[in-house]
Amino acid sequence: MENEKLSLPNYNIPEDLENVVAITTLDRLYNWGRRSSVWPLMFGLACCAIEMIAAQTARYDMARFGMEVMRPTPRQADMMLVSGTVTKKMLPAIIRLYNQMPEPKYVVAMGACASSGGPFKEGYNVVAGIDKFLPVDVYIPGCPPTPQALIAGMIKLQEKIDKQSIKKVRWYEKGKVDSNYVPMPVLGPDLIDVRRNAEIKQAASQKTTQESA
Amino acid sequence: MAAPASTQTVDLVARFPDSVSADARPGYTGFIVKKENLLEVATAIRDEFGYDLLTAVTGVDYIAENKMEVVYHAYKTTGGAGLTFKVQVDRVDPVEVPSVVGIWAGADFQEREAWDLLGIKFTGHPDLRRILMWEGYEGHPLRKDWKEPFFEEEAKPFKSRWPDGQHTFAENKNPFRDNLKFPEGFDPEAYQPENEDDLYASLERFRSKGENDRLKTDHIVVNMGPHHPSTHGVLRVAVTLDGETITGLKPVMGYLHRNHDKIGERNTYLQIIPYTDRLDYFNSMSNNFGYVTTIEKLMKIPVAERAEYIRVIMAELSRIQNHLIFIGMLMNDLGTMYTPSLYAFEERELVLDIFEAVSGARMMCNYFRFGGVVRDIPDFAMQKIKDLVFDRLPAKTDEMERFLNENEVLVARLKGIHVLNAEDAIKYSVTGPVLRAAGVPYDLRRAEPYSVYDRFDFDVAVRHNADMMDNYLIRFDEIRQSLRILEQAIKQIPEGPINSQKPAYQVRVPAGEAYGRIESPKGELGFYVVSNGKPNPYRYHVRPASFVNLQAVESMCIGAKIADFVALLAMFDIVMGELDR
Repeated sequence: MENEKLSLPNYNIPEDLENVVAITTLDRLYNWGRRSSVWPLMFGLACCAIEMIAAQTARYDMARFGMEVMRPTPRQADMMLVSGTVTKKMLPAIIRLYNQMPEPKYVVAMGACASSGGPFKEGYNVVAGIDKFLPVDVYIPGCPPTPQALIAGMIKLQEKIDKQSIKKVRWYEKGKVDSNYVPMPVLGPDLIDVRRNAEIKQAASQKTTQESA
Repeated sequence: MAAPASTQTVDLVARFPDSVSADARPGYTGFIVKKENLLEVATAIRDEFGYDLLTAVTGVDYIAENKMEVVYHAYKTTGGAGLTFKVQVDRVDPVEVPSVVGIWAGADFQEREAWDLLGIKFTGHPDLRRILMWEGYEGHPLRKDWKEPFFEEEAKPFKSRWPDGQHTFAENKNPFRDNLKFPEGFDPEAYQPENEDDLYASLERFRSKGENDRLKTDHIVVNMGPHHPSTHGVLRVAVTLDGETITGLKPVMGYLHRNHDKIGERNTYLQIIPYTDRLDYFNSMSNNFGYVTTIEKLMKIPVAERAEYIRVIMAELSRIQNHLIFIGMLMNDLGTMYTPSLYAFEERELVLDIFEAVSGARMMCNYFRFGGVVRDIPDFAMQKIKDLVFDRLPAKTDEMERFLNENEVLVARLKGIHVLNAEDAIKYSVTGPVLRAAGVPYDLRRAEPYSVYDRFDFDVAVRHNADMMDNYLIRFDEIRQSLRILEQAIKQIPEGPINSQKPAYQVRVPAGEAYGRIESPKGELGFYVVSNGKPNPYRYHVRPASFVNLQAVESMCIGAKIADFVALLAMFDIVMGELDR
């Protein structure tokens, strides 16, 4: 347990009890449990997914950090690893998966594409970063990020979890059930983000007036 | 390497003096067929001249001449040079060309792609829907007058970036502040999205009409994907089921359509190389190989002798790790979760170490250049290659075979489950290991040798039962043959320069067209490039093996059990980056 740094520093625990007893806060215990068993959604989009698999395999072995239990169903997953280029056609599926994940849930944008569109940003079918739709916790740069970079990103996520407090986290807040629900985008003549309907309507009509003027 | 002049060996003009003329544009080869006679000529090409494998179908938008052109590349499965023929139509909507699906079923997806991206309507096509974009999408993106929402300039390098960078975010120039483009006066609230009735209606074709007197059951439609652990990426398959038997199946793709062709046409020739890495992301070396081979054909430049060997070494190492991953992932699909794939990935890491040593990157190597490769193999990497090829990989391949091949469950799942017979495979333009496992010894390294493959002594792996077991075992055969090639290449590799050209940011590519193809681990990887002499390709098209092979999945799975579907799909070894581009 001392390896887990679970105990608070100011208490002197007798040496022979050090691995048996811990004096700590509820937050620390709670976060220790969560950070060490993050279940990622088994969800690959593109090239980055291969490095994600490589990070699971013998040489890199993400299991050392308690993140090896990949779940194909979003209902059992804590963390969505957006591993690759997000296309407009795929986006509704990604949003649906995110909405199906129970709280607490985290999003990690792996690679340049998921963070910003990357080399494919100019493409007509590419969403310039998943953060236009989902709240991203950790960005991992690289094209694709090496497994080491992915593990570094995961450790960053663990650090983030460590800093959270039961009192403040959004999933225990009163009256805030499904606080992170993202409305489903619609595939029309182009991708329609329904939250921006008014804005799109206005911009589309402005273009008409500009051109007719 | 000179472009094969032998495409003209067949004198199509003499056979059809009224409807066929030779393509006389400088740098072009092949024949131009009149639209009205296309089906007649195509039938003769297949039946009289013996070009049974239609590999690539694509369109080119010659906007200056107000023409649309459809280009067909047909080959013989017995080997040799191909036949290129084209149809030109006026660029007036609707652009209509007769469909050749009735002659070569393998034209199916590629014609749909040309309809989706270029708006060429193939009359007589049984199921002409959009394939990469969704129904309801506005416009045909590969037309030369269509501009993407983040459009900046026709060609790179953009003036805002070079010579002095005054770049602003693309979002700031777009009226919607995003990668979006809507028609004028578009009202999102009033918009009714297209439903997928067409897709589900297309499944009806194969539905049995209850002719037998068995228990009457309802057919149900199941959608697998795009998020599904064993579709090897973001592929979606709509399946109709009668109990557990598949009665109708349609793959739906485009979930990873990253606009490779459109971005490629904006890029300079050199800038495309890193994008080709991201096609089949398991085999970036092979993709590089195919692309530079094509451009070298156009440029008519030689390749440095040492570089040819380096290329072969890299491509064959890539094939070995690809097939190992195939075996590992197939085991995953069959339910042996993880353990065999961990063995496969262990060897893959060692191959990737070599790639990293020579190119600097594990996966996205960006290693080939026109006329050679970018860096020489360092001594320690050469030593690693030797250790792998002479020592470790043969032993590990034996070990994998020993562990797996006689496993009772594996044999029960794979043996006797029919995949594709030779006739169907050729009909659907299937290439690669699946075709060879059906008994057709068609391997481009032999059928039309590129690079220095004609100098090596190796056998084309071929098996004859066309069941899943053969499809699985042929991967081991190919690993063995690749090792044989590698052994010879390592022994023969000469000293010398690694590039026949001086390093340059811009290459001069004379006007013309070229279709280059290589035997990638998945099958035939082709590139069709049209140059107009400018620094950017006028038309850049990829003919990916996964995409074309997948055409056969429908007829292959009808009548099979849904539980076998995942394994049957695995046989094609599809990669979405290549499939959707």
